[in-house]
Amino acid sequence: MSKRIDLVDLDIFYGDFLAVEQVTLTVNPRSVTAFIGPSGCGKSSVLRSINRMHELVPGAYVTGEVLLDNEDVYGVDVDPVLVRRTIGMVFQRPNPFPTMSIYDNVVAGLRLSKRRRRSKDLDDVVERSLRSANLWAEVKDRVDRPGAGLSGGQQQRLCIARAIAIEPEVLLMDEPCSALDPISTLAIEDLIHELKDTYTIVIVTHNMQQAARVSSTTAFFNVNAVGEPGRLIEIGETSQIFSNPRVKQTEDYVSGRFG
Amino acid sequence: MTAVLSGQAVRPGDRVFSGLSLAAGVLVLVVMAAIAVFLVWKAIPSLTTDSANFFTEQQWLPDRDPPVFGIAVLAFGTVLTSLIAMGIAVPIGFGVALFIAFYGNRRVSTALGFTVDLLAAVPSIIFGLWGLYYFMPRIVPFAEWLSTYLGWIPLFRNDLEIYTKSILMAGVVLAIMILPTVSAISREVFLQVPRAQTEAALALGATRWEMIRMSVFPFSRPGMVSAAMLGLGRALGETIAVALLLSAIFEINWAITEPGGNTFAANIALKWGEAADNGRSALIAAGLVLFLITLAVNMIARWIIARHEEYT
Ligand SMILES: Nc1ncnc2c1ncn2[C@@H]1O[C@H](COP(=O)(O)OP(=O)(O)OP(=O)(O)O)[C@@H](O)[C@H]1O
Ligand SMILES: [Mg+2]
Repeated sequence: MSKRIDLVDLDIFYGDFLAVEQVTLTVNPRSVTAFIGPSGCGKSSVLRSINRMHELVPGAYVTGEVLLDNEDVYGVDVDPVLVRRTIGMVFQRPNPFPTMSIYDNVVAGLRLSKRRRRSKDLDDVVERSLRSANLWAEVKDRVDRPGAGLSGGQQQRLCIARAIAIEPEVLLMDEPCSALDPISTLAIEDLIHELKDTYTIVIVTHNMQQAARVSSTTAFFNVNAVGEPGRLIEIGETSQIFSNPRVKQTEDYVSGRFG
Repeated sequence: MTAVLSGQAVRPGDRVFSGLSLAAGVLVLVVMAAIAVFLVWKAIPSLTTDSANFFTEQQWLPDRDPPVFGIAVLAFGTVLTSLIAMGIAVPIGFGVALFIAFYGNRRVSTALGFTVDLLAAVPSIIFGLWGLYYFMPRIVPFAEWLSTYLGWIPLFRNDLEIYTKSILMAGVVLAIMILPTVSAISREVFLQVPRAQTEAALALGATRWEMIRMSVFPFSRPGMVSAAMLGLGRALGETIAVALLLSAIFEINWAITEPGGNTFAANIALKWGEAADNGRSALIAAGLVLFLITLAVNMIARWIIARHEEYT
């Protein structure tokens, strides 16, 4: 498991609007890469281009390449459905399926693949995924209760359990903690630490301390003005980006002088 | 120290609004009750004179002496035409709505949605006339085909070899009438599904259809039930189109491709003018039964919606 991602000359469009321009970067396997930058610079757009969620917006498309271990995710005979099974995603707001139980939420992705599974196997997957998401202890007695009955932080961990139950190669997280309280945030950060041994993780965050705490690599994006395309300004080891950035814009941003 | 927080505990605006909504609610109940009381009161005279069983009698001769009338044929025709209409219109209506909401590109979807809305606004007399003069002759071959190849099923047998003015025809025209209703409402319901829900399914690697089953249907089920029930309500109560399309024969005939059939609403419209006192009272009794049926349909729909409410 866990693969490398290369973005090569990626341009991201919403209809005629070029939202992000010429992004080239590499995300290493078994590591956490953080995307930081001011609002509107295109972090979410880049993230959603990696698992082809971007094209769900009417009129949206990309040019350039997204390589998953050198295989182009946008290749002509690539099925976007399989891309999304391989590259899991966690959203800003927890979005468990409200009519499903905790159990069914976790196995929702598994039930999609045609292969029939014995219920014993499913039980194992549910326990393993909930344990990996640090949620098992809190819900093990009520996995048949609706997932919507959990707290926000628990719901977000349920969404993480749901994403890792299908054993993706990569896990994309778009501001996974921004709707959560500090304690739930810490729980998720701990979780990210554990998950990076198994998965390639990309996390978008507005919280600089969080980027510093969880990531080994940080990419800084910026946009000059509204209506202009966002750009990748600098990518490097997290410690270097925060202590010794090469570009002035990065320094201004991480030191809190703007954005 | 002055009390900072004291003041009116309830704002006047809130009070006016809650008063208004309470009044509106009470008014609806009062009107409903008034209708029921009126129907019962006007129906009783004929019901006491009826020499046959009101529920099982097939004839409708309330102005004869002694009066002989019952709703068996009306109930049969109403239920059967509505069932046929629902059987056709509900799946197609949901399908069209799903296409508009999730499959079509923006231009096609907008055009299709607009057309559906227009169709929903067509008056039923137009559907009746169109059904009678245009549509009916054109689906005769289909009815013939049914009776030729599926004639071994009693429902499709046709010994008369006449295929017009049948329950099937009326059901199909009703289906076309309620299709836009079902489709327009369910489309609105589908468009309400939060993007977070549809994206959650797609990000797990669901195909579009799997996404629809996973996040659209569970979220939309109450709305889909309402859409179907509103369609059913229109089909049950439809007067004029059915009055034009059925040949008003007072006999229960399971062969739905043969001429015949009658419904509550069509019968009231057809018979009211010529009916004497007892005849009108009898028609009101029939109206009362229709009222109770639609009430029951709505209550069942509410119940289905309520059963799913715990999740939303
Ligand atoms: N659905 C959309 N349709 C059109 N333009 C969009 C859409 N989503 C985003 N954009 C535009 O693309 C640009 C990048 O947006 P994006 O959401 O990727 O930024 P972001 O860095 O994630 O911002 P934030 O930190 O606020 O989440 C913005 O100019 C935005 O207006
Ligand atoms: Mg964003």
